[in-house]
Amino acid sequence: MACEQSRTVVHAYLDGELDAVRAAEFERHLENCSECVTALETQESLISAIQRAQLNEPAPATLRQKVLADVHSSGAPRASHPLVMPRRRLQFAWLAAAAALLLLTYAGWRTVPALRAENYQSVVAAEIVDAHLRSLQPGHLTDVLSTDQHTVKPWFNGKLDFSPPVQDLASDGFPLQGGRLDVVHGRTIAALVYGRRKHLISVFVQPAHEGEQALRSGSRQGYNWLAWRAAGMEFCAISDVSPADLQQLQHLVSR
Amino acid sequence: MSNPVHGKGADVLDPPDQVRFEQLVLPHLDAAFNLARWLLRSRADAEDVAQDAMLRSYRFFLSFHGGDARAWLLQIVRNTCYSWLEKNRKVEQMTEFNEELHTTASVSPESLAIASSNRERLTRALESLPSRQREMLVLRELEGCSYKEIATITSTPIGTVMSALSRARRQLQLALTTPAREEAAHGM
Repeated sequence: MACEQSRTVVHAYLDGELDAVRAAEFERHLENCSECVTALETQESLISAIQRAQLNEPAPATLRQKVLADVHSSGAPRASHPLVMPRRRLQFAWLAAAAALLLLTYAGWRTVPALRAENYQSVVAAEIVDAHLRSLQPGHLTDVLSTDQHTVKPWFNGKLDFSPPVQDLASDGFPLQGGRLDVVHGRTIAALVYGRRKHLISVFVQPAHEGEQALRSGSRQGYNWLAWRAAGMEFCAISDVSPADLQQLQHLVSR
Repeated sequence: MSNPVHGKGADVLDPPDQVRFEQLVLPHLDAAFNLARWLLRSRADAEDVAQDAMLRSYRFFLSFHGGDARAWLLQIVRNTCYSWLEKNRKVEQMTEFNEELHTTASVSPESLAIASSNRERLTRALESLPSRQREMLVLRELEGCSYKEIATITSTPIGTVMSALSRARRQLQLALTTPAREEAAHGM
């Protein structure tokens, strides 16, 4: 009586681990199998309950300091630095993250070099959160409402001086909802909207400056953001989904 | 706990490798700490073991040939945790596999919804699972790892990850909706 798929395939489907063909097959199966529908709903609510509960916590500051001390005292070049080094390096890392976020905005920012790096972080993060919030108001979400990447991508033609990469990731659990133009710091950039379960994710895209950037992430007003760079573009995803979901999206977009 | 790695003259990375280590591995300290915390079920032990694992990753860094730095680090964390458990809590490791419930009873969505909305109860249910199932859930739901990453971290064939994860999720449901068992397991 038990449907075998309700025990196994449901999970791979939910986790976005089925390829497009198998996902479509399973969706057809769902139409006729109430057992799998129930299993899907149960698992989905369990997973989102776990993610909402935020069961992970940041590493304690004491651990962070010990680790930094370990790896710095091991490194000969830094062995001679005073003991305050770990703390100072933390601040550098933070400043680097803030400076990296600046790149996300635009070269136009070169006109205001007097602003301190700390301000960039808060200013840019605030603008991106605002842009995302604005988009959540009725009717503001998308300028081009389509789940078809071949409709969304050409829509940007002529509206931007670059062509953002647009992919439908529905089979991976991030269905494309559409796209729109947004203005962040006076620069018109592309915003793609993806769905994730019942949440929405805005992905802001613009051409990147040269150089490599590590992943950057943070949260503000209850929204998580994750910024990265791939294929000459600077991406920043923002949503109320978990950081893990954003990272999954980042993997998918960058592959 | 005794820590064999500390105190010895650790291998030293060249400045470019040191920078790469700081960019690629250090950002995953939170993930390392959390995996250790869930595997050891103790924050204090997790702090020690995560520190040990980070230092190991530093010393082995030259054997990291690019790719997924988080998966690489978490694999080291996991191995360090299991070695530590083997040494310090051998009895617990041997008995916990008996805890697994073998039942096909279905769980009512209502009771599951109520149970899973309680953070404390979720934590206890997760902690009550055998470590092999617990790590599946931690890696997937809390760290958002792909099946491929989970396969790498847990040295499990990728084909097994899906079935292991589905078993773990079923066990979690049962643990959540069977408070008596959950408390019994917790009180050991």
